[in-house]
Amino acid sequence: MLDLKEWRDSLQGRLRPGDRPSLTVGMSTCGQAAGGARVMAALEEEAGRLGLQVDINQTSCIGMCYAEPVVEVALPGKPRVFYGHVTPERVPVLIEKHVVQGEPVREWALVQVEDGTVPYDGIPVMGTSPYYGCQVRVVTSRLGLTDPESLDAYVATGGYEALEKVLRRMTPEEVIEEIKASGLRGRGGAGFPTGLKWSFTRQAPGDKKYVVCNADEGDPGAFMDRSVLEGDPFTVIEGMTIAAYAVGADEGYIYCRAEYPLAIKRLKTAIAAAEEKGLLGRDILGTGFNFELHIKAGAGAFVCGEETALLASIEGRRGMPRVRPPFPAQQGLWGKPTNINNVETYANVPFIIKNGGRWFAAMGTEKSKGTKVFCLTGKIKNTGLIEVPMGITLREIIFDIAGGIQDDKQFKAVQIGGPSGGCLPEDKLDLPVDYDSLTAAGAIMGSGGMVVMDENTCMVDVARFFLNFTQAESCGKCTPCREGTKRMLEILTRICEGEGRMEDLDTLEALARVVKNTALCGLGQTCPNPVLSTLHYFRHEYEAHIKDKRCPAHVCQALLVYTIDAEKCTGCGACARACPSGAISGEKKQPHRIDPALCIKCGSCMEKCKFGAISRL
Amino acid sequence: MADVTLTIDGKQITVPAGTTVLQAARDNGIFIPTLCHDEKLSPWGGCRLCVVEIEGMRGLPASCVTAVGEGMVVRTASPAVIEARKMMLELLLANHPRDCLTCSKSGACSLQDYAYYYGVRGDRFQGEKHDYPLEEDNPFIVRDMNKCILCGKCIRVCAEVQVNNVIDFAHRGFNTRVTPAMDLTLRESEECVFCGNCVQVCPVGALAEKASLWQGREWELDKVRTTCTFCGVGCNLEVSVKDDRVVRVRGYDNPLVNGGWLCVKGRFGADFADSPDRITRPLIRAGERGEGRFREATWDEALEFTARRLQEIKEQYGSRAVAALSSARCTNEENYLMQKFMRAVIGTNNVDHCART
Repeated sequence: MLDLKEWRDSLQGRLRPGDRPSLTVGMSTCGQAAGGARVMAALEEEAGRLGLQVDINQTSCIGMCYAEPVVEVALPGKPRVFYGHVTPERVPVLIEKHVVQGEPVREWALVQVEDGTVPYDGIPVMGTSPYYGCQVRVVTSRLGLTDPESLDAYVATGGYEALEKVLRRMTPEEVIEEIKASGLRGRGGAGFPTGLKWSFTRQAPGDKKYVVCNADEGDPGAFMDRSVLEGDPFTVIEGMTIAAYAVGADEGYIYCRAEYPLAIKRLKTAIAAAEEKGLLGRDILGTGFNFELHIKAGAGAFVCGEETALLASIEGRRGMPRVRPPFPAQQGLWGKPTNINNVETYANVPFIIKNGGRWFAAMGTEKSKGTKVFCLTGKIKNTGLIEVPMGITLREIIFDIAGGIQDDKQFKAVQIGGPSGGCLPEDKLDLPVDYDSLTAAGAIMGSGGMVVMDENTCMVDVARFFLNFTQAESCGKCTPCREGTKRMLEILTRICEGEGRMEDLDTLEALARVVKNTALCGLGQTCPNPVLSTLHYFRHEYEAHIKDKRCPAHVCQALLVYTIDAEKCTGCGACARACPSGAISGEKKQPHRIDPALCIKCGSCMEKCKFGAISRL
Repeated sequence: MADVTLTIDGKQITVPAGTTVLQAARDNGIFIPTLCHDEKLSPWGGCRLCVVEIEGMRGLPASCVTAVGEGMVVRTASPAVIEARKMMLELLLANHPRDCLTCSKSGACSLQDYAYYYGVRGDRFQGEKHDYPLEEDNPFIVRDMNKCILCGKCIRVCAEVQVNNVIDFAHRGFNTRVTPAMDLTLRESEECVFCGNCVQVCPVGALAEKASLWQGREWELDKVRTTCTFCGVGCNLEVSVKDDRVVRVRGYDNPLVNGGWLCVKGRFGADFADSPDRITRPLIRAGERGEGRFREATWDEALEFTARRLQEIKEQYGSRAVAALSSARCTNEENYLMQKFMRAVIGTNNVDHCART
């Protein structure tokens, strides 16, 4: 029988030999998109050319997506140093200086992880760096630091301790009590208490039960689940196995969107590795407990993130939500009691079991415990993946961790919770990030997408963008979502095109109210939120579009007017040459002018003018 | 099952647990409009016209899929409910052809009725409308998807009653539509048996019987209840007649027989009634066998002739010289009588039936 402790002990030292340098490349989707594979090839080539005895490995995303490709260089007995924006051209310098000469290239280094070694001077230490200082990494603790496809690496870093504890020393009821004590709430968005949900499935009568993992992450700007699945698939699998034991299930599904091929590949690798070692499948760890896990790739419908639609999709039917009750805990997959949680929720489970519910409950706020993973995107300096304790303020996230707004422009709004969420303005930045505060402010926690907008963002356009998304993704089952979003989108489009009327705002509000109140599923009930929150906090922008025929952020093309200041214009003709529609005319060395009837408002002239003579109103 | 007492519009109502709010209201004479609901099909909850206000519940739940609860307080006509219903009708009408003048469904259209009831003109939203081509490539059913309100009844009747699963929702958002797989027509799908039960449940004019078009307005039709003559099942029919001509056949909802559902023959095979080839009186052969000459006779003469010949044959050749072949188009009772007659009167077991093999 597999002795986990013996295995774990035997791995110490083997994973990181310690007697030779290691070079590790971030090879998650973000790293690969930024050119990680080319960097890895360059590392191999350069190390081979110099005949160096080094280990070259892959890891997942450490969270600093803005700095990909990220490469970690570690010398025996020295801290691990992470470099950002590594290119194949920089590789020879990096290897020469750091590996051969033993001196890190400080100007390229992002952070170092000291691991009990003496830190280098002049490189921020991870725990106190601006990006990681406020973070508490639980679910993401292995991300960027271990090989996600290696079960050895997972076990060596404490993996499967929790499952062993559960199977050997805890009853299913005790497991559920521990999760309840932790205060963990569902990380998919609605925040339902996880322990309670498990107890419903546990108590539901039936011999056959299922556990399902919702990995159909589809919010614009959200990549938490992808990062966790790519970075630590075993944690999710272990969490699901524990949940299966707790609720009495022997079969499970991970519903992962097909747009995440790397996540699916790593999950498959991880499932196969766990099965081979008897950590998944029949008679797990010799305890007689069986758990079979399947992957179901989604077919690209956003609405399949809604749990009843997701279950329909697994069953091979069209992904359309149905009315609850009955909840999946009573009648889920193929009518059997089913526990369904999202990726991050399951990923928290092994940590809670290992460290105890009280440890988890000590983090966060009164009603929102633990940490939350967020994706920072939009007009901020540092985009990436972060994990913070609940209760941290939006301001800390945006200005401390994310480094503030790009080009030091003015912050305008932060969109939280995807198409179901809302846009919060500057004066809500000191809100603590927890389920209840965000809901009260008109946004929602959602799954963790956070899109930051600056002064150059038009809030009407943002509302239009999200309505366009929800309209296209509505399953079409219920009238308000299918038809209501269409008319809301048409009105918003009209306003953006300068054709809006003041009574449109009342119609928008009435539509939003009815859709919210009458739609069948969560997608429909929440899709008016971007409209309602922008109407609430940024009504003046709507009015400017309608009354003044002006887009304050200069985004809505139909409302832009380009003019040339005759005083500043030198008549160089650069603008006229750049204009694709022949709208600019004028004699050489004489002030030029723009014909508004021909102007297509592309802005090329403004970019080309060296004298600042062209203005956009 | 235990009873539950709740209040709907101030009225105390006691119904069995598990009843829907919609059913409880309707059983007690309280009006709630529905488009996608059908007692004989699985619950759907899509049209959202049946929304009500229930104290303590978020938003406006759909009464057709909400079970009653003890002490529940329901309001079916509060301002929020009326606003929502009107909005729903406005939204449906915004994407619906305004051709009630010539629509075959006019007068029996749920959308038209509710729009009238709530005073909704359908002019609040002016935006994109669908412009699908009319599907009329089969002899029985005309599908006008521009009129479809996506209630999904046709899909459910096809899956749950006919168990044929020919159609389903396809595409998403505003472009959602009901279609056979791969956007084929019913005919191209080669799956449809043209039972036409989808036409019968359609609440609007999206599905219509081809032969009935332009044959009479709803209010001009006399509805006659009768029994289908095509087979021994004896499906109950509601035949619509105008000027002594059969204009349309629908199932009559007799739960003991066909529950209102029909097959392609019963629904679309009524043209025999007016056929010049139809034999309406008994015929007795007038010429040589095989010559094909017959003369009309009275029933008395025909029966007397048959009885006499049967008797003569039996006396001359014995009982076993006579055999009877009965028809699946006869009723169970008629077929029973036929075999009884052969065994007890003629004295033979030579009885067969066209549907035996």
